[in-house]
Amino acid sequence: MSDFLRLESLEKRFGALAVTRQVSLGAAKGEIVALLGPSGSGKTTVLRLVAGFETPDAGRILVEGEDVTALAPERRRFGMVFQHYALFPHMTVGENVAFGLAAGGAASAAAKARVAEMLALAGLSGFEDRRVTAISGGQQQRVALARALAPNPRVLLLDEPLSNLDPTLREKTRRELKRAIRKVGITTLFVTHEQEEAFELGDRVAVLHQGRLEQLGTPEELFERPATRFVATFVGRSSVVPVAWKDGARIPGGPVWPATAGGGLAEGDDADLVVRPEGLAFCPSPAPLALEGTVVERRYAGRTAYFLVATAAAGELEVLAAPDAAREGDRVYVVPAADGPAPRVFPRQR
Amino acid sequence: MSRPRRGVAPALLTLLLFWLVGYPLVLTLAEALGAPHWTLSHVAEFAARPAEWHALWASLWISLATVVLAGAIGVPLAFLFERNEFPGRGLLGALVALPVALPPLIGVLAFLFLYGESGFASRAVQALFGLTEAPWRLSGPGAILFVHAYSMYVYFYLFTRAGLARADGSLLEAAASLGASRSRATWRITLPLLAPALSGAALLTFMTSLASFSAPYIFGGSFRVMTTQIVASKLNGDDAMAMVETVALALIGFAGLALLRKAERRREVAGGTRGVAPRRRQLARGKWAATAAGWALAILLLLPHATLILVSLVPRNTWTTEALPPVLDLGNYRSLFSEAERLRPIVNSLWMASAATLLAILLGFAAASLAVRRKGRWSGPLETLIAAPWALPGTVFAVALAAAFSVHAPWAGRFVLVGTLAILPLGYLVRSLPLTGRAAFAGLRQMDPALEEAAASLGASAARRFRRIVLPQIRPALAAGASLAFLAALGDFVVSIVLYTYDTRPISIEILSSLRIQEIGAAAAYGVLLTVLSAAAFLIWGRRTEA
Repeated sequence: MSDFLRLESLEKRFGALAVTRQVSLGAAKGEIVALLGPSGSGKTTVLRLVAGFETPDAGRILVEGEDVTALAPERRRFGMVFQHYALFPHMTVGENVAFGLAAGGAASAAAKARVAEMLALAGLSGFEDRRVTAISGGQQQRVALARALAPNPRVLLLDEPLSNLDPTLREKTRRELKRAIRKVGITTLFVTHEQEEAFELGDRVAVLHQGRLEQLGTPEELFERPATRFVATFVGRSSVVPVAWKDGARIPGGPVWPATAGGGLAEGDDADLVVRPEGLAFCPSPAPLALEGTVVERRYAGRTAYFLVATAAAGELEVLAAPDAAREGDRVYVVPAADGPAPRVFPRQR
Repeated sequence: MSRPRRGVAPALLTLLLFWLVGYPLVLTLAEALGAPHWTLSHVAEFAARPAEWHALWASLWISLATVVLAGAIGVPLAFLFERNEFPGRGLLGALVALPVALPPLIGVLAFLFLYGESGFASRAVQALFGLTEAPWRLSGPGAILFVHAYSMYVYFYLFTRAGLARADGSLLEAAASLGASRSRATWRITLPLLAPALSGAALLTFMTSLASFSAPYIFGGSFRVMTTQIVASKLNGDDAMAMVETVALALIGFAGLALLRKAERRREVAGGTRGVAPRRRQLARGKWAATAAGWALAILLLLPHATLILVSLVPRNTWTTEALPPVLDLGNYRSLFSEAERLRPIVNSLWMASAATLLAILLGFAAASLAVRRKGRWSGPLETLIAAPWALPGTVFAVALAAAFSVHAPWAGRFVLVGTLAILPLGYLVRSLPLTGRAAFAGLRQMDPALEEAAASLGASAARRFRRIVLPQIRPALAAGASLAFLAALGDFVVSIVLYTYDTRPISIEILSSLRIQEIGAAAAYGVLLTVLSAAAFLIWGRRTEA
């Protein structure tokens, strides 16, 4: 699959601080790629480099094989939706959407038709003459999308597009956003710090940490086969247990659990075992692989519950089980679940 | 956007602003030190003359006394209008702030016609008691303080009202729930929280009073403050002494600015709490007393301006000993527009103020644009140069410009501009820079940078972004700054008296010469015209700002 949009080894420093380091990734035509990471991970900088608002210190940005790295933002033909929308407050909804349309002005019949088409796509037909300050936050977000898409850009960039909406509105807007992007079929890069948003909107998700790309993959790949300790702990819930990696994950003063090793781990190394709540289960009596512990917290979640178990050998572990599997204060035995995601080990983080 | 854009533009603009603002001051300092012979003899002479020390001391104590008097009027007024509800509160509250919008010379003129030796008030007292002479003379430090207090209480009034409006009512409720009486809450809660606003107002009053020229010049007589002392030295041809005096005044000004900056920083800290201001008290018993007091006060404050209008209707040589003028007509106004020599100052003031304002907008915006939108090593110097003239009394700049531009030395960036058409607009321009510049800096800082980025991502060129996005966003701020700059230039007296020529004489200078030849009707007509033009500029720009 050839990449429509390619970022090659992007580097950006602000003074002595390297905010993106060797970031390379590609997106196929029509693909939606989410840039996911905690704050300070460099995801917004990557987006701003692609938009052209920042110039990389090294690396290239290519669209359909054309190098746009040195091109001014206004000549890239990339649409962008800003975190706070950046709607022009002195213009109406219609004027905002028409702003990027070719010279000839917003008054031309073609421009009017395009504005109407875009507003229809955003579910805002007839909003042309409203003031952008007089509509709701969700509507402003959709105007921002319509404005970005109106000039028919090659790539769509979204900077935390849903972070300003209240939680109840966010889910609905997320679905509408995905539907609109799919309908247009545009290659999209979007920044978010919310895993749920990245997983729902993104065909693939790029996880960034301290300016580096940790892993690029589908949500399933990230969840089931995390490439690094950071991805394993950042994506989904997990418990971390210090172990020695020798014929399996040796828990000091406890059993040896089978696990899959991440990259760069040699026999005998100190390692971190990362295990998901789904990867653990209770067993009724002491067993060779079991860790003994006490339930210190139970969090009910409908058909299942999360149990926090304090163990002597491995510290606190989170276990997913049936809501009635145990109560707070119970003595329990924890083992790796036969059908859950396998525990993974990574080099010990210092 | 932080795309690196190298260029010489910021460096060139910094250089230009330095040439306009910094260079004349440097030259003034150099001349005070006797350049090119470098000697401290002028400074020593300054220090040895008792008259200089008297003027310096007079400037200081007049300014401090002004602060006390202005505070004593402004603060209680602010409490009356902000904390109580009574009929006419809105209108009166606005009228009380009126003196701030008028050129200082107009206030002085109005006072002269009302409370001066042959003013209405003294004539009335004279007639009432059958006195043969005027009951008082409006001159000396008392007269200066009277005018200062009248025109500068507005700073205390406005700052205190703003502080009270921002105050958190729940703090007073908390104090009440802890058993504090109203007066205890005022002393222990309200006033301490107002401290930053009060110190800001105090310093602003102090600086304005230090720079005040019109009142000491008209009413001072032999009582000199630094500003009038400098102009006197200059007119006597004692240039070296004028330079030393200018440096001395500039140093006091800088010290005042340093204090003001410190106070502003404290205000930012104190502004941390936000809440809803306490509800205004509905005055029940005191309602009519407050209303009557409010209206009486407003009439008292507006009386000088009403006097100005009345005097402007008095034809020449028709009013001698009567308590009220026997004849009133529009002759003075007719002559302003029908006699070429009388129209000249009006035209001069208008074109010079317009030219200075236009240039001040361009330079202020260019500096703000380069400093805010392309942050770089020149940002700090640009902002400092733009703000500097605000810290220094107008007299200082007038003398500095006169010193810098009376020598022909193109290699040193000096040209003979004194005596030409260019020097007064240039002087007004320097004085206007902080007004337009501060507005432009504030406007650009408040603008969301993402707006321009959004326009760029939609394909708009730099020129189109400027025209369609940046300009509409900062237009209100620029218009406000421009209207203040225009008002200041139109009514200027301080810079004009040092730099004017007969051909470029502005309205303020013409008012002074009319007074000298006893044409008080003409002087008053000019004063009314200046007031009307100022009010018109204020309203036109004010309306555009709202749109």
